[in-house]
Amino acid sequence: MSQRVLETLKEKFGDAVLETHSHLGDETAVVSPERWKEIARFLRDDPSMAFDMAVDLCAVDYPDRTPRFEVVLHLYSISKRHRLRLKARVGDAEGEKAEIDTLTDVWVGLNWFERETYDLMGITFKGHPDLRRILLYPEFEGHPLRKDYPANKAQPLVPYRTEEEAGVPLDKLAPFGPDEGMPFGRRVFAVDRGES
Amino acid sequence: MGELKPTRQVTIEGGASGTSGFATTKLEALLAWARKWSLFKYPFVTACCGMEFMALTSPRFDGSARFGAEAPRFSPRQSDLLWVVGTISQRQAPVLKRIYEQMMEPKWVLAFGTCASCGGFYDNYATVPGIDKIIPCDVYVPGCPPRPEAVLDGLMLLQDKIQRGATGDRRPGIVKPREDPVRDLVQLRKKSSLEQGNS
Ligand code: SF4
Repeated sequence: MSQRVLETLKEKFGDAVLETHSHLGDETAVVSPERWKEIARFLRDDPSMAFDMAVDLCAVDYPDRTPRFEVVLHLYSISKRHRLRLKARVGDAEGEKAEIDTLTDVWVGLNWFERETYDLMGITFKGHPDLRRILLYPEFEGHPLRKDYPANKAQPLVPYRTEEEAGVPLDKLAPFGPDEGMPFGRRVFAVDRGES
Repeated sequence: MGELKPTRQVTIEGGASGTSGFATTKLEALLAWARKWSLFKYPFVTACCGMEFMALTSPRFDGSARFGAEAPRFSPRQSDLLWVVGTISQRQAPVLKRIYEQMMEPKWVLAFGTCASCGGFYDNYATVPGIDKIIPCDVYVPGCPPRPEAVLDGLMLLQDKIQRGATGDRRPGIVKPREDPVRDLVQLRKKSSLEQGNS
């Protein structure tokens, strides 16, 4: 479908396009994070590219890889009807230096997507006008979608009541079994594996 | 706990035969009776259970008017029953606590659905594992979402608790399943396989 887009990108940016990949009509280009904004601007402004819509921006954590994070941007061109997935790899093994240029001045709509990616994955977007947490509260420490964030760690805003205060057992009340009435609850699997 | 027993504390004397019928009761019991039939609810609806809440309050199940709890009050100061309907996220917890604290005594809390009762399957950084971690809770209605009948059972448990008053059993009520559908299914299957074997 948009093979032509990949060809043009490779021609124009050469070494900055690290990898390309096509499968079932989905085209992906992995580009160097230094030229992230330049490439994005080209994709939007070039008449044969005309990517006028940024569909989604997110990040993936691959703890075994260096660089560890992949920032993923999905683009669509309403006039040309082609799609492209653009990726850039950032961050070292400890999750530091996960930084990339903001694209809010290319597609304004990416503002909240970048805040979400910062909030949950801890990617810093350099030059973002208002990089604050968007879903979690400011008191939250860490970034919960990173693979090294403990899966069951909560950071309550209101301290929990203790059982002495409440005068009733709070942890388990019949008929709430280990699966909490939900056959697909995570604790069922823990019980099956003999972990708790 | 758990059974739905009417608690009878009002005695009517001479009503049928005499001309001057009168009733005796304790003031406390009368107050409790008045309270349990005029609950003013504050619906704190946050998630998908809200759909079932609407089904419950609509005419088919008529889950409020029959209990004198028809009028919702969207001001905590005017309500005495807090319905927590749906998932409570950590970020919402301070709001829920404040709403509870703003309500006047006497006040009651009903946890509608598995999420409000114990967090459900949201076992993660975002969700409060049951509202009883933050505020006291009088009745738990498990189910995802609970059937309207289960909520009606819950309301009746709450009425019993109100009637028992401050000196009675103060432990929270938990709605039990009316029947185990799986068991019936198994029996049906056994029956039909028997019939097939015989013919
Ligand atoms: S108990 Fe189920 S239906 Fe109710 S809020 Fe939770 S997930 Fe939704």
